[in-house]
Amino acid sequence: MRYERPETLEDAVGLLSATPERSHILAGGTDLLVRMKNDDFDADLVVDIKRIAGMGEIARTDAGFVIGAAVPCAKLAEDAALVAAWPGVVEAANLIGSTQIQSRCTMTGNLCNAGPAADSVPALVAVDARVKIVGPEGNRIIPARDVPVGPGQTSLAPGEIVAAIVLPEPAPQTGSAYLRFIPRTEMDIAVVGTAVVLTRDADGTVASARVALGAVGPRVIVPDDAAQMLVGTTLDDDTLARFEAACSDAATPIDDKRGTVAFRKEVAGVLARRAAKIAYDRAGETQ
Amino acid sequence: MSFDASYNEKELNAVGTRPVRPDGVDKVTGRARYGADYNMPGQLVARVLRSPHAHARILRIDTSQAEALKGVKAVVTAADLPDLTDGDASLFAILDNCMARTKALYDGHAVAAVAAIDVHVARKALKLIEVDYEVLPHVVDVDLAMAPDAPVLDETIITKGVTPAPDAPSNVFAHSEFGHGDVAAGFAKADEIVERTFKTEQTHQGYIEPHACVASCNSDGSAEMWVCTQGPFVYRQVCADLLGLEVSKLKVTSSEIGGGFGGKTHVWAEPVALALSRKAGRPVKLVMSRNEVFRASGPTSATSIDVKIGATKDGTITAAEATLRYTSGPYPDTWAETGAMTAFACYDLENVKTVGIEVLVNRPKVAAYRAPSAPMAAFAVESAIDSLAHKIGIDAVDFRIKNAAREGTRSSYGPVYGPIGIGPTLEAAKAHAHMSAPLGKNQGRGMACGFWFNFGGQTCTDLNISADGTVTLSVGTVDVGGSRASLSMIAAEELGIAYEDVKAGVADTASLGYNDMTDGSRGTFSSSMATISAARNAIAVMKQRAALMWDIPVEDIEWKDGQAHAVGASHDNLAPLSVKDIAAKAGNTGGPIAGHSELVADGAGVSFGTHICDVEVDPETGATRVIRYTVIQDAGKAVHPAYVEGQYQGGAAQGIGWALNEEYIYGEDGRLQNAGFLDYRIPVCSDLPMIDTQILEIPNPNHPYGVRGVGETSIVPPLAAVANAVSDAVGVRMTHVPISPPRILAALKAQR
Amino acid sequence: MTTIAVSTTINGDDVEYLCHADESLLDVLRNRLGLMGSKEGCGTGDCGACSTMLDGRIVCSCLVLGAEAEGREIETIEGMAHGHDLHPLQTKFLEHAALQCGICTPGFLMAAKALLDVNPDPTEEEIRFWLAGNLCRCTGYDKIVRAVQDAAAEMRGDAA
Repeated sequence: MRYERPETLEDAVGLLSATPERSHILAGGTDLLVRMKNDDFDADLVVDIKRIAGMGEIARTDAGFVIGAAVPCAKLAEDAALVAAWPGVVEAANLIGSTQIQSRCTMTGNLCNAGPAADSVPALVAVDARVKIVGPEGNRIIPARDVPVGPGQTSLAPGEIVAAIVLPEPAPQTGSAYLRFIPRTEMDIAVVGTAVVLTRDADGTVASARVALGAVGPRVIVPDDAAQMLVGTTLDDDTLARFEAACSDAATPIDDKRGTVAFRKEVAGVLARRAAKIAYDRAGETQ
Repeated sequence: MSFDASYNEKELNAVGTRPVRPDGVDKVTGRARYGADYNMPGQLVARVLRSPHAHARILRIDTSQAEALKGVKAVVTAADLPDLTDGDASLFAILDNCMARTKALYDGHAVAAVAAIDVHVARKALKLIEVDYEVLPHVVDVDLAMAPDAPVLDETIITKGVTPAPDAPSNVFAHSEFGHGDVAAGFAKADEIVERTFKTEQTHQGYIEPHACVASCNSDGSAEMWVCTQGPFVYRQVCADLLGLEVSKLKVTSSEIGGGFGGKTHVWAEPVALALSRKAGRPVKLVMSRNEVFRASGPTSATSIDVKIGATKDGTITAAEATLRYTSGPYPDTWAETGAMTAFACYDLENVKTVGIEVLVNRPKVAAYRAPSAPMAAFAVESAIDSLAHKIGIDAVDFRIKNAAREGTRSSYGPVYGPIGIGPTLEAAKAHAHMSAPLGKNQGRGMACGFWFNFGGQTCTDLNISADGTVTLSVGTVDVGGSRASLSMIAAEELGIAYEDVKAGVADTASLGYNDMTDGSRGTFSSSMATISAARNAIAVMKQRAALMWDIPVEDIEWKDGQAHAVGASHDNLAPLSVKDIAAKAGNTGGPIAGHSELVADGAGVSFGTHICDVEVDPETGATRVIRYTVIQDAGKAVHPAYVEGQYQGGAAQGIGWALNEEYIYGEDGRLQNAGFLDYRIPVCSDLPMIDTQILEIPNPNHPYGVRGVGETSIVPPLAAVANAVSDAVGVRMTHVPISPPRILAALKAQR
Repeated sequence: MTTIAVSTTINGDDVEYLCHADESLLDVLRNRLGLMGSKEGCGTGDCGACSTMLDGRIVCSCLVLGAEAEGREIETIEGMAHGHDLHPLQTKFLEHAALQCGICTPGFLMAAKALLDVNPDPTEEEIRFWLAGNLCRCTGYDKIVRAVQDAAAEMRGDAA
């Protein structure tokens, strides 16, 4: 196995294109190095992208917040503007792993690892984040939602690299929230993850809403009909009850070592309801 | 020399204080050397090939390609570990567990191992070993393994302890029975009876340090091994037996041990490392990965337990009965028997009966885990006691107090108790502020009691006095949690010198006589007894030396406050001689001064504890948080109270993990699904509150200072204490541990 | 497998080593540099026994490649005391009996130091969540949390 540390994206793409199979991108390494411990792991090339200019930076541009692919999640919480704009995204990213993992793990890695239970992915999908992709055939921008296509599978072509995640500037009176269920208080993979983004009208009613459910299907589930139930309401109890039931219905989980189908469906509704209330309250606190 | 171990009440100076431990600085600076922190010149790296099948016949193993790989120095299979066990079934089980012989009996069972110049070559070599398996039907569940149509793991097993003996083999190795009185008559007198079945899942000790050793066999038949173990002498004996080595030619040195909790009382890969070294002619280092630790070492039994308890309306238990089914892994063992002995040990019962049933399953060979087998039995019994108290409308603490065992009670497993602590721990719980603190919404409180036997065993120590009067103490019980501090304190106490002048260390097997391992909460109990004995022997020598120095009869010398005093009118003007004074002259008065002790530390003194637990349960998700926890336990005498508290807190934390989240999860294919700390969920720092402790001191009559073992009892009550608290919070009796969120939500739904 | 030459800084000293591409920083520290105070409890970032500082952030060195350390600054447990002068956290861990077997202790000390670097006056809850990636199986965490609280107070200069 070779280890390479290119200084430009072009070089990184070139290296990956030359070794399309059995090559890996290394940013935080918190998933890749775990896989490398396995006796069966075999690879020809690891491309460390951390020394490429901009990969470790958060920039605020006309397009919104551009978060480099190698920005460790701990750094997100240190960016006051980002926390103020998208608390739901930052809190989701900050739930990944321990303090030690936070120093290394990245949202881009979380997205490209394509794990169904990834914490930051429902939050990114709920805010309709985009990703900037560079590759041998040129650059493209696609919704974050379209990167994972199934457990461990992405839509990236050989040689392509996600260079950054772009979060739009939130509309006025927008709130976001992410809640997950884990059996312990820390260190677990989400059994259920729910992200909600709401924008309020001047009268306090919900103008628009987007909901994303994680760990309850092979990909993030976006129950638009459930989200629509919130629009035009002030999240009264009756609306929330219907919303909760709709989110439970939308969930299509499996039984595994982390939870049962019945548990996950029920808790998906509970947490979606709670996240909606938090997002609604946060929307009221913003200008 | 004869030694009187009986308790003698006196004022103690060093004992009961909280000094810094002698191995402390090494451990906070990273200098302490654990199992994996040792290397030998020319050492090879070992890796083990493990079965991916839960149950499979091994048809063929071809190691030729691996052996031919450059850099591979040895490959071993069962053929390299010939059966020298001579009909000893438990030794054969250890051998077969180290390296599968004809069948792989669980996912992770070792089938071959390689030693190579580095880990890359070793990994490559593993892939070149060909194993042909005939996959067999498997069974992992304790109840399913007892079903008539269950696949039988060992066709030679005919259940022992039942008459008439069955005529067909099964997975039930043995029945054992304990108790006295007539339970049928007792139940007939009861006004209320609770009868329930409980289940507990398999857990792991979860020590943070994986098993590690460096083994080196020489061409002259001698060998040495550096290893993390709770018992270097036991490892030496077992490895010598399995390898055909002469016991005294195998030197075993115990490293600092990164947690054991019983899991490092059994050998796992050490005989394999020795076999590799013997074949390669070079030292071999073998370190298990975390995945291997979970798949192939040390879990507890999974259990299924029926309990029936009856009582009259005034709160007197009239009869108690339990049937306890425990898995032992794929080999016969006696874990259910131990559970059956402990189940009702807290109570004074006229009519009691327990039956233990040992069940073989395709899971790893069960190992001891802190008061092994007792927590599961206590979970079932203490849950049922709680239910019965509610049913007859009496406070759960008062109910237990009314029925608690006391001095003179004939225990449910046979012996009659001496002075014991169950009553006092219950009275202390009743009086504790925790018991009357208000509870909030969705919160519940539970309490439970626990018992453990404790053990003494064979013990040997050396106490050497240096020329400057400082003391080295060599003990043979591995220090798993601060015993070098407590033993240094004991030596200082007995000699009358400062704690700082004593340095206790753990000896290797070539430097000291045989010691049983650090199990049964015996480390401080037994080695302190031997240390007191050794110190008294050293004092006898020092009195003789003082007699020579003064030229007076030894009968005229008294040892007091660390000094030899001349007594009697004629010697009044002689200034006392300190240890330092006597040691300085040792070269002229007969040579080095030492005290030795070899003894069997009898009378360990049974141990009891009572725990109180508050939880808060989110009724919509089943998430449970322990919000307050109190441990009350009898220590006999707390030598170093901070480390006694540490044992109480640590055991409670392990029990809380067992109660709420920890379990082995198997797939349909019999493979372990969660062989790592990510999904085998031990409590993390944010999961727990501070754990309050209350140390009671009811002296053990069989120890000079009254010491009892304190290490294990604290893991016994938590399963039930947590279960009782959760049941109180949600209003449904929880009967299946771990009480995970899905189980809580399912129970709530079933009740609606 | 070819080796990679790495120049880095460890505990303030310039260090050069060769390592394989797939070799973790933990393996480099332990096997090539003799810095065995960092422990491997899991190798997968779940236990924190290998915690080290990397450019001012606490990481699991088992999840860092040795090759990544080029030009970086690393601090390990071996650099925590200055000669015989223990760091207040080390002293408080001893005084509070905050270790039993001690295998997790170097990781806890490094992680706790990283916490006090950024938050000199943490609440109990902040301490517990910050240290959630460091597993201890012996103590139940009680005495560890108390030792960190006490060390923090001493470092702030509060009267004990």
